[in-house]
Amino acid sequence: MSANVMTDELNKRRRAKNLALGLVIGGLCLLFYLITIVRMGAE
Amino acid sequence: MPDGAVHTRYGSPADSSVGDFVALLKPRVMSLVVFTGVAGMLTAPGELHPVLAAIAIACIAVGAGAAGAINMWYDRDIDALMTRTRERPIPAGRMDPAEALAFGVVLSIASVTVMALAVNFAAAALLALSIAFYVFVYTVWLKRRTPQNIVIGGAAGAFPPMIGWAAVSGDVSLASLAMFAIIFMWTPPHFWALALFRSGDYARAGVPMLPVVSGVTETKRQILFYSLALLPVSLLPYALGVADAIYAVGSALLGLLLVAGAVAVWRDSGEVAAKRLFGYSIVYLFLVFALLILDRVPLEP
Repeated sequence: MSANVMTDELNKRRRAKNLALGLVIGGLCLLFYLITIVRMGAE
Repeated sequence: MPDGAVHTRYGSPADSSVGDFVALLKPRVMSLVVFTGVAGMLTAPGELHPVLAAIAIACIAVGAGAAGAINMWYDRDIDALMTRTRERPIPAGRMDPAEALAFGVVLSIASVTVMALAVNFAAAALLALSIAFYVFVYTVWLKRRTPQNIVIGGAAGAFPPMIGWAAVSGDVSLASLAMFAIIFMWTPPHFWALALFRSGDYARAGVPMLPVVSGVTETKRQILFYSLALLPVSLLPYALGVADAIYAVGSALLGLLLVAGAVAVWRDSGEVAAKRLFGYSIVYLFLVFALLILDRVPLEP
């Protein structure tokens, strides 16, 4: 029982970390897109 | 890790949560870093596209957080001995140290690279210097060796307004050095006030903070000295023409209150005045840089 609860807890943490990492990678894509647009606009 | 390591059970990569990674970035310290960085940007002559300005601020925040993460990796042994730090992710056993180090190194490289690509090389170089100074000069070299650790190491925390200034203007000027000097002179009274009521923690961990090495009286004398020295230094932006009389009067009044707090610490045989001074020192820095920012806001449309 406690092993299952532990596994659930670990899975929950892992999912949250994966989601955060996904958001960071998505954010970086958006960041580089914005940098490109702004830099091109300036030139 | 240095000698005298504590045998703590460290966590595995599976144990850490998103909140632990956020904690590694020292978010409370980051808020002051961001605020002073923004003040540097708004005070600097020139213009920066709002998107690039936001990216510059994010880079300053992430760079400071990354340095904090590497600091927590290196100091994991002494953090476990101090009440104030033992619940941090690594000493609390919620995170693998290698994971924290990798996180800090990756974010350091990423923040400097993005700053160089999006903003300019001067700001990126200063950001890299501030991270390296905090990690190698303060954390690795000075912190465990000398009571002057936070005096010299305080330079690391004084870089953000210079980085913000460089992000807009592309250079380093006397005015940005003046903002650097304000934080540099503010750091000793701020941290020594903390050390006065946390000296037991520092003694247990073997960190040679001034109250541990030279005693309470000498620490109070040094706090008063630096608080007095900060008064003329805080007026440098006015003397250099980047702030007007409102800033001069406001920062002088705030500085006098800091000196009054230092005098109260000198007279107080307990810890109450030191706790008050520590709290006020944070408010002081926020307000001085807020005055610098307000000074640049046009009052008429």
